[in-house]
Amino acid sequence: MRTPCPNPPPGKRAPVVDTMPNKMSLVVYSGTVDKLYPVAIMASGAVAMGTDVEIFLTFYGLDAFRKGEPQKNQKMDVNYADLGPMLAKLMREKHVPSWYDMLKQAKSMGNVKVHACAMTLDLMGLKKEHLDPIVDDVVGAAEFVDNAAKGEITLFI
Amino acid sequence: MAAPQNRILIDARGSFCPGPLMELIRGIRQAKVGEEVEVWSSDQGSRKDIPFWVQKAGHTLVGVFDEAGYARFVVKKAR
Repeated sequence: MRTPCPNPPPGKRAPVVDTMPNKMSLVVYSGTVDKLYPVAIMASGAVAMGTDVEIFLTFYGLDAFRKGEPQKNQKMDVNYADLGPMLAKLMREKHVPSWYDMLKQAKSMGNVKVHACAMTLDLMGLKKEHLDPIVDDVVGAAEFVDNAAKGEITLFI
Repeated sequence: MAAPQNRILIDARGSFCPGPLMELIRGIRQAKVGEEVEVWSSDQGSRKDIPFWVQKAGHTLVGVFDEAGYARFVVKKAR
């Protein structure tokens, strides 16, 4: 547990966000809303701390970014079929923004790149123009791994 | 308490983690150095992540004030 320390002692200024370039890479394999929320929230947290975010969309994660899909996707993990509808209802009642709006906000505030997996696109017979405009480009696994190697955090969701 | 003229006020009550922090960061970006940003949050996480961010970003937490059902965070842009 972190103790909030509002003001660093004089002469011991805390490291400043802007001078701490580092990176968080996310491999997003899942396409259900319950998993896309952590993607958006972790991306927001990273942006808040001045950390770059690289998102690699593959399989169901990429399917969730087909044009029109982020706005209508209601899929929840079947393992939590009993909890899913209740959580969805609570989130609606409490006006929690959608994971997609959160991700868009994070992207507007920091350096968040969204990459589509080239192999999955080929497999599905899709092109970049079939994807939501939040997706920046199409990359291969090797390029993403090479890029992720320069960062400190890598998550598979 | 009326906010001073040069203070940006953000009412993020009802918004959930990381919403209030993101709103604060937006406000700090708009503010000039020396100006204050006041954010209202009803989210419990803000009590941790706002002071943590303020310290990390090198700004000054002027104070955290408890109100009924929410807290007011006053932050001075330091750089």
